[in-house]
Amino acid sequence: MIQETVGSAKAPGAARGGRLPKINPVFFVLAALLVAITLSNPNFVEPTGYMNFLKRAAPLAILAAGQIYVIVSGGFDLSVGSVITLTVVGSSVLLNNNADATWWVIPVMYAVGLAVGVVNGLVVSYLRVPSLIATLGMMITLNGAAFMWSSGSPRGYLPETFRFFGRTNIQGIPLIQFLPVALLVLIVVGLCLFWLMHRTNLGRLLHAIGDNPRAAQMSGVPLERVRIIAFVISSLSAVTAGILLGGFAGVSTDVGVGYELQAITACVIGGAQLLGGRGSVPASIAGALTLTAIFTLLNFIGLPKPVRDVVQGVILIVAVVLATYRRNRAGGT
Amino acid sequence: MKKLLTAALSAALFASTAQAQQLNFDDPAEFARQREMLTAKANGPEGEPWVQYYGDQMADTAQYKKEGPYTICFSNAGVNNAWRVTGWTNMQAEVKLHPEIKELIHVDAEGSDDKQISDIDDLINGGKCSVLIVSPNTTAALTPAVEKACAKLPVIVFDRGVNTKCPVTFIHPVGGYGFGIQAGEFVAATAPAGAHVLMLRIVPGVDVLETRASAAKRIFKEKGLNVIGEEFTEGDNAKTKSIVEDYLQRGSIDAIWMDAGATAVAALEAFEDSGLPLPIITGEDQQDFLMKWKAEGFKAIAPTYPTYQWRTPIIAAVKVLKGEAVPGPEWVMPQPSITAETLDQYVNDKMPPLHHAMCGCEKLPDYPAAWGGQ
Repeated sequence: MIQETVGSAKAPGAARGGRLPKINPVFFVLAALLVAITLSNPNFVEPTGYMNFLKRAAPLAILAAGQIYVIVSGGFDLSVGSVITLTVVGSSVLLNNNADATWWVIPVMYAVGLAVGVVNGLVVSYLRVPSLIATLGMMITLNGAAFMWSSGSPRGYLPETFRFFGRTNIQGIPLIQFLPVALLVLIVVGLCLFWLMHRTNLGRLLHAIGDNPRAAQMSGVPLERVRIIAFVISSLSAVTAGILLGGFAGVSTDVGVGYELQAITACVIGGAQLLGGRGSVPASIAGALTLTAIFTLLNFIGLPKPVRDVVQGVILIVAVVLATYRRNRAGGT
Repeated sequence: MKKLLTAALSAALFASTAQAQQLNFDDPAEFARQREMLTAKANGPEGEPWVQYYGDQMADTAQYKKEGPYTICFSNAGVNNAWRVTGWTNMQAEVKLHPEIKELIHVDAEGSDDKQISDIDDLINGGKCSVLIVSPNTTAALTPAVEKACAKLPVIVFDRGVNTKCPVTFIHPVGGYGFGIQAGEFVAATAPAGAHVLMLRIVPGVDVLETRASAAKRIFKEKGLNVIGEEFTEGDNAKTKSIVEDYLQRGSIDAIWMDAGATAVAALEAFEDSGLPLPIITGEDQQDFLMKWKAEGFKAIAPTYPTYQWRTPIIAAVKVLKGEAVPGPEWVMPQPSITAETLDQYVNDKMPPLHHAMCGCEKLPDYPAAWGGQ
C-alpha cells in the first residue's frame, strides 16, 4: 500500500521527465533471449533470421504499443483480438477477391476500428462499466459479428495488394539485403505512438488519470475524452495488427484469438503497471519482442511441446517478476 | 535447479506418453484393416460415395417403421470450423431432397460436452423427434446421453463415435489411420530415402488426429524417412508459417506432412517467402490449397475426411423411418484422396478458400450460393 502511494506520487514526475531513470530490465531480458537464439541457431544473425523475426513480431508489437495507452489510463482492452479477427474476415468479405478494392477497404476497416474504440470508451466513461467487462462484451460481440459476416468460414482470399503490408519484403537494400514492409509499419507506428505518449500533453493526461482519476478530474483533466482517445488508439493499433497478420498468413477465422492477452502480457513484461499510471511505449514494444523471442527460441531448441509449455511459462513469470522488482525499487527510492 | 527442471519435464513427458499408450492411438490391427479398406470396393452406386458402404452387414429397422411426415432432430457438436460449416450446409441441402421430412430441428452444442448432453435431453423430452441424429463432441462424455436417447427413439451417430452399440448405425468414413496412410504413402513414394519430413499437426490428444499421425509415422519408419520434427500449429496460419520458417533456417525440409490441410497454404508460403522451391506436401481438400496446387504444380496429395458424410445421416434417417434396412451397426463409407490426376475435378475458383471440395454437393439444391460460392 505504502509502496503504491509512493509509486503513484512518483509516476507523473517520471512521465514529465520523459525518460525513465534507469534502463528498463526488459531490454536486458530481450538481449539475453536474442543471444540465446543466436547460440542455438547461428543463422539468426543473417538478415533472413532477424528480419523474419521482426516481421513476425511486428503485429504484436504494434498491438502492445496501442494497448499500453489503455493500461496507462487504468483500464484493459480485451477487444483487440476480436478487432484483428474482424479486420481480416471483414477485409476478405469486402475485397471479394478484387485486388483493386484494397485502397478503400483499408480505410473502411480503420473506420470500423475507430467506431469500436469510441464505443468502448463511451461505455467505460459514461456508463461506468469497468473496462474489463466492457471490452469483454465487445470481444464477444465482435467475434459473433465476424462469424455472422463470414458464416463461420472465410468467403474470399486476401489479394496481394492487401497482403503487401504483412508479407512483402523490399529487396536489394545494402547491408540488410531486404526490409519487410511490416517492419517499416512497426517503426512508423511505434514512433508516432512513442511521440504521442511521451512527448505530448495527452501522454501526461493519460498517466494522470491512470494514476489517480479523482485527482486528475479535480485538476481539470477531461477524464472521459482522454479515456475515449486511449481506447481509440488501442482499436486502431488492432486494425493495423490485423492488416499485418492477414498479410503475413492469409485469411482465417480465428486469427486474433489470444492476442489480447499476449498484448497485455507484453505490456507487463515491459514494466507497465496493471492498475494504470505507469507504462512506456518502447518498453511495451520490447515486451512484445521478448514474447516473440521466447516462442522463437523454443522453436529453435526443438523441445517437445509439453516441455516447451513449461519453459515458456517459467520464462514469462521470471520476466514479469523482473519487471515488478524494478518497479518496486524505482517506487521506493 | 537444472536437475529439478529436467526431472519435472521428463515426468510431464512420461505422463503424456503413458496417456497416449493407454488410449492406444497406434493399433497395428486397425491400421492394417483400414489400409485394406482403402483399396477395397464399396457397395452401392458408383459416383455417389455418400450412399456407398463397405461390408454387407445390415441393421434391421422394421421396428422403427412409421408414417410420415417426419421430424428429424440433430444434435450437432458445433459449427466451429470450416469443415463443419461445409458439412452442415450439405445436410441442410440434403433435407430439401426429401419431401417426407417436415422439419429438421438443429441444436448446436457450440463445442461443449455439457451443452450437448442437455441438448439431447431437451430433444428427447420435447417429444417432437421421429429420429435423433448425433454428431458427438467427444466420445466418452456423450455415450450415456446417447444410450438414454436410444431407449426412446432410433438414433443415428456420425463423424465421431460413441462407446455403445445402441444406435441403429454409426456413419463414418474409413478413418484416421486411412487418412494418415494415404498421406504417408504418398510422401514415402515421392521422397527419396532419408528425406527430411516435417510433421505439422493441429493439437495433440484428439483420437482422429492421433491415428492419422501414428499411421504416417509407421510408414515413414518403414521407408526410412527422417522425421525432423512434429509440431503443433493449433490450426493457426501465422503460427504454421513461423514454425516452417524456423525449420527452414535450421536446415532443409523435403516434405511436409499435415494431419489437416487448413494451414497448408501458409506452410507453402514460408518456402516462397524464403525463396526456396516448394516441398512435397500433403494437404486436404480445401479450395485454397487445391488452387495453389493447380497454379504451382508442386508434388502433393490431398487425402480427405469427406464432408459428404453429412448427407448420409439424413438419407439413413428416412430409410430407418420407412423400415428399410441400412448398413449397420457401422456404415463405413469411402474416403478418397485427391491426386494430381483428379485435381481438375475438384479445383474451383468460384468457391471460397476453405470450402471442402469433397462435399458431394455439386448437384444439391442451392449450390453453389449456399456454400458461399459465386
